[in-house]
Amino acid sequence: MANNMELTECALKNKIKEMQFVCVELNLYLDTHPNDAAARADYLCFGEKLRALIDKYAELYGPLQNFGHTPTNTGCYVCSDWPWQ
Amino acid sequence: MWIYQKTLEYPVNISKPNLKMAKALMAQYGGPDSELAAGVRYLTQRFSMPDNRVKATLNDIGTEEIAHWEMIGTMIHQCMRNASIAEIKDSGLLGYYTMHGKAVYPADPNGVPFMASYIQATGDPIADITEDMAAEQKARATYEHLMQLTDDPELLNPLRFLREREIVHFQRFGECLEILKCIVAKDPCRLDYSRMGTFCPCRENNTSCPQ
Repeated sequence: MANNMELTECALKNKIKEMQFVCVELNLYLDTHPNDAAARADYLCFGEKLRALIDKYAELYGPLQNFGHTPTNTGCYVCSDWPWQ
Repeated sequence: MWIYQKTLEYPVNISKPNLKMAKALMAQYGGPDSELAAGVRYLTQRFSMPDNRVKATLNDIGTEEIAHWEMIGTMIHQCMRNASIAEIKDSGLLGYYTMHGKAVYPADPNGVPFMASYIQATGDPIADITEDMAAEQKARATYEHLMQLTDDPELLNPLRFLREREIVHFQRFGECLEILKCIVAKDPCRLDYSRMGTFCPCRENNTSCPQ
C-alpha cells in the first residue's frame, strides 16, 4: 500500500514536471511571439492542466511551492524530500 | 525549479535621476555583501545542510534575496534612466557609463565586477551558517550607510524595508545555528551528518533539536 502511494505520488509529480515543461516551452515561444493566438490557446490550456495537477498534488501530498502559493493543510513543506535528495 | 512573479517585493518608484545614489547602490547589486552574493551563497549552501529546517531557511531566504536583488536593480535603473550626459559627466559614473551605458551591471561602486570569491560553501554547516549571519549584518551596515547618503523618501522607504529584512534573516539564521549546534554535538567529529537524521514535524522519532 505504501509503495502504491509512493508510486502514485511519484507519477503525479512526473506528470506535473511534464506539464511544467510544456508550459516553459510555450512561454519561451510566446516571449518572442506574443500575438500567436494558437500558441496562446495552447499555453492557456496546458497552464490550466498544470494548475489542476499542482492543486491535486497539494491536496493529496502537500505543498510544492513556497511563499503561500500552494496553501494546503496536507503534508509538510519543510520535511518533504528536497529535489536533490 | 523557480517561477517568476511580475511584482517587486516592495514598491520602488524613483521619479528623478540620482546618479550618486545609483553608484552607491551598486554595493548592494554587485558588491561582496550584495543581494546577489547573499542569494548565490544561500542557494548553493543548501545542498550540504543536514537539517530540513535549515535547508528550507536557506532555500527561502536565498529566493527572497533574488527578489531584493531585483529591487536594487530597479532602484539603480530608475536613478539613471532620465539622466543627461552632462549629469553623467559630473557624477562619477563616467567610467561606468563608458563601459555599460545605462545598463545595470553587477559591479560594486568602485567598478569591481561581482566575483564568486565573495562567498563560501565549506560543507561545514556551522561555518556556513555563521558566514550567513555575518553576511546579514554586513548588508545591514551597508544599508545604514546608504540611508545616511540620501534624504529622499523615494529611496529611503525601500532601503528601510531592505534593512529590516537583513535583521529578520539574521534572526532566522541564528535559530538555524542553534539547530545545527545540537546536531553537531551528537557527532563532534562532523564526519557523517546523514547518520544524525533530520527533524520532521510529521514524524515522532525526531532525532535533532531544538523542536
